[in-house]
Amino acid sequence: MLSIKNLHASVEDKEILKGINLEIKPGEVHAIMGPNGSGKSTLSQVLAGNEAFEVTSGEVTLNGENLLDQETEERARNGVFLAFQYPVEIPGVSNLQFLRTAVNAMRKHKGEEDMNAAEFMKLAKEVSKQVDLDPAFLKRGVNEGFSGGEKKRNEIMQALLLQPKLAILDETDSGLDIDALKVVSDGVNALRSEDRAILMVTHYQRLLNHIVPDYVHVLAGGRIIKSGGRELALELEEKGYGWLGIKDEASN
Amino acid sequence: MATTDNEVKELIKREYEHGFVTEIESETFEPGLNEDVIARLSAIKKEPEWMLEWRLKAYRRWLEMDEPDWAHVGYPKVDYNSISYYSAPKRKEDMPQSLDEVDPELLKTYEKLGIPLHEREKLAGVAVDAVFDSVSVATTFKEPLAKAGVIFCSISEAVHDYPELVKKYLGTVVPQGDNFFAALNSAVFSDGTFVYIPKGVRCPMELSTYFRINAANTGQFERTLIIAEEGSYVSYLEGCTAPMRDENQLHAAVVELVALDDAQIKYSTVQNWYPGDEEGKGGIYNFVTKRGACIGKNSKISWTQVETGSAVTWKYPSCVLRGDNSVGEFYSVALTHNFQQADTGTKMIHLGKNTTSTIISKGISAGKSSNAYRGLVKFGPGAEGARNFTQCDSLLIGDRCGAHTFPYIESKNKSAIVEHEATTSKVSDEQMFLCRQRGIDPEQAVSMIVNGFCKEVFKELPMEFAVEAGKLLEVSLEGSVG
Ligand SMILES: Nc1ncnc2c1ncn2[C@@H]1O[C@H](COP(=O)(O)OP(=O)(O)OP(=O)(O)O)[C@@H](O)[C@H]1O
Ligand SMILES: [Mg+2]
Repeated sequence: MLSIKNLHASVEDKEILKGINLEIKPGEVHAIMGPNGSGKSTLSQVLAGNEAFEVTSGEVTLNGENLLDQETEERARNGVFLAFQYPVEIPGVSNLQFLRTAVNAMRKHKGEEDMNAAEFMKLAKEVSKQVDLDPAFLKRGVNEGFSGGEKKRNEIMQALLLQPKLAILDETDSGLDIDALKVVSDGVNALRSEDRAILMVTHYQRLLNHIVPDYVHVLAGGRIIKSGGRELALELEEKGYGWLGIKDEASN
Repeated sequence: MATTDNEVKELIKREYEHGFVTEIESETFEPGLNEDVIARLSAIKKEPEWMLEWRLKAYRRWLEMDEPDWAHVGYPKVDYNSISYYSAPKRKEDMPQSLDEVDPELLKTYEKLGIPLHEREKLAGVAVDAVFDSVSVATTFKEPLAKAGVIFCSISEAVHDYPELVKKYLGTVVPQGDNFFAALNSAVFSDGTFVYIPKGVRCPMELSTYFRINAANTGQFERTLIIAEEGSYVSYLEGCTAPMRDENQLHAAVVELVALDDAQIKYSTVQNWYPGDEEGKGGIYNFVTKRGACIGKNSKISWTQVETGSAVTWKYPSCVLRGDNSVGEFYSVALTHNFQQADTGTKMIHLGKNTTSTIISKGISAGKSSNAYRGLVKFGPGAEGARNFTQCDSLLIGDRCGAHTFPYIESKNKSAIVEHEATTSKVSDEQMFLCRQRGIDPEQAVSMIVNGFCKEVFKELPMEFAVEAGKLLEVSLEGSVG
C-alpha cells in the first residue's frame, strides 16, 4: 500500500531524513520508535505534504500512485491522514464546522453529495462518544483551549470520521492518562482493518500492549536502523537505544 | 514551522462582481461646486426655502474648513471642482408612482446586484429603498409600514412631506460644521433615507437601503436620518456597490440616528464599494460620518458594519450616550486587501449616568493593504458608573500588510470603568496545513478561518445578511492564497 524508497528530506538546508525505506501492506500496523530529534515527525509531515520540508530525493507511492507530486489536500483526499503530535488551534472555527467541511471535501472528491447538518451532527456525536469526548467539544473552536489529552482524542475522532487509507499517528499516546490511553487505543484498534495501513510513532512500548503492531522500526539519525516484530519494542524498553550503537537521547 | 508567506502568498486577482455600468439616460450636472450649483440642486428637488438656506450655510462653513489629514490613510487630494454634484436617471414623468413605472434598465441593475426590489421577489419582510447615484428610486413596502405608522421614504420626500420632523432633527446629531466631509454633505446632499418610528412601535420588518454609484465623475452624498420615538424599535440595513472605474470616486455620506427614551436602533452596514484594482487604481473614497444620539434614558444604538470595499475608508460610527442607562454598541469587521486603506473605528461619548458601551472590532488585512482601528471612549463629568468594554483584534494574511490600533480614552469621571483588550494574529502555516491535511481547499480554509475570526460580529447581523457577509468575505479573499 505505502512504499517509501530512499527518501531524503531537509528543512532549511539541513538534511533530516537520510534515506528512508519502508513498505507497509494493507491491514498492517507499523510502529516507529527512536530518540528525540531523529526525524519521526519529519517523516510524518513529509508524507502528509508539509511544504516546510523539502524532499531532495526518493520516491513515495500510495497504492502505486506517486504521492510526492500531490498537494497536501489531494493526498488527504486520496486517503492520507496525519494525527498531529502538536495539534494547532483555530480560534472561532467550531470543531463541528471544521469537521463537516473536511468530510464534505472528501465526499466531493468521491463525487458524493454534501452531508447535511443534521446527518453530520448525528455522525459526529457517535464518533465523539467513541473517543469519550463530550459532544460539547464539537461546538468549541478547533482545539481551542483543549487539554493535551483532549487534543489527542480529537485527532483520533477525526481519523474515525474521515476513514483514511493510511493513518499516520504521531505520538498520539503521549500526554494521555491511563484511561485516555485505553480510549485512544480502542479508537486506533477500531481503525484497524484489512484495507487500511497504520503508521504509528511512539516512545512507549506500553501503547503497543494495547495496539499490537505487526512491525517495529527504529528511526535514528534520519535512517531506519533496525526493524523487527513486537518484541523489538520490549527489547528497546529494557536496553534503551544505546545497544543499537546510538546515543540514548530518549531516556534523558 | 514555515513562514506564512509560503502558504498564504499573494492577495490579488479578485474579481469585483458589481463592476458593471448601467446604460441609462441620466441628467448630470457639469462638474464644479459653488452657490449656484447648490441653488440648482435645491431647485431641481423643489426644496422649500429653508432647506436651501440650510445648505448654503453649510457650504459657507465648508469653504472655511480644511480637509483632515490625520487618518492613517494616504490618497491624492480630491479636486472638489472636478466632481459632479448631481446625477439622476432621467425620468419621463416627474416621479415614478409605482415600481412598474421605474426604468426597466434600473430594475435590471438592481436585479444584477441581487437586490430584491419587486415586492414578489423580495426577501420576506425586508423593505427596500434604493438610491441610484443621487436619487432615491423606489421604496417598497410603503403600505404595511404606513399602517404601523412607520415613515420610510427618501429624505427628499421627507423634506416635502414631513418638514417639521426634518427641521427638528436634521443636523442635531452631526452638526453642519462637525467636520469637513459632513459640511460638504450638508451643502450638497442629494438623497438618502428618512425613517421615523412612532412611540411604542416595533417596526414590523427590517428596513434596508441599497446605494449604488453608477455615473462617472459623480460624488454620492447621501443623507440618512432615523428617528426612533419613545419605546420604539427598528433594525435598518444598508448595502453599497459601485461600478469599476479607473478614477477614484467620492462618497461622503452623513447618517444621523436619534433614539428617545427606551428606544432601540440597530443599524447594520454591508459596504462593498469598488475597492480599486490589484494595482491600486480606481476605487471609491468612502468618507462617512455616522453618529447616533441616545438622547432618551434606557435607549440603545447598535452599529454593526462589514466593510470590505472602497479604496480608502474613513469612518467612525459613533454613539453619544446622553440618556441615563443608555447603551452604545459597535461591532465591526473591516477587511482590506491589495492597496486598500481603511481607518475606521468608533467614538463612544458617555454623558449620562450608568451608560455602557461595547466595542468589538475585527480588522483583517491582506495583500499590501493597511487597516487601522481608531477608537475614542470619552466619559463626561456626569457619567457616573459608566463603563466601556473594547476588544480590538487584528488578523494578518501574508506579511506585506499592516494593522494599527489607536485607542484614545478621555475620562472626566473617576467612577467610569474601561476595559480594553487587543490581539494581533496571523493565519498561520500550521493552521493552513491542518485544514489542507483534512482535505480542505486552501481558499476555503482561509475563508473559514477569517469567518471564525469574525463570528462575534456576524452574529449581530440579521440572519440573511450574516450569510451574505460571510459570502462577501469569501469573494473578497479570492486569490489570497498562493
Ligand atoms: N522547521 C524546522 N526548522 C528547523 N529544524 C527543524 C524543523 N523541523 C524539524 N527540525 C529539526 O529536525 C530534526 C528532527 O525533528 P523531528 O520533529 O522530526 O524529530 P522527532 O523524531 O519527531 O522528535 P520527537 O521524538 O522529539 O518528537 C530536529 O533536529 C528538529 O530540530
Ligand atoms: Mg516528533
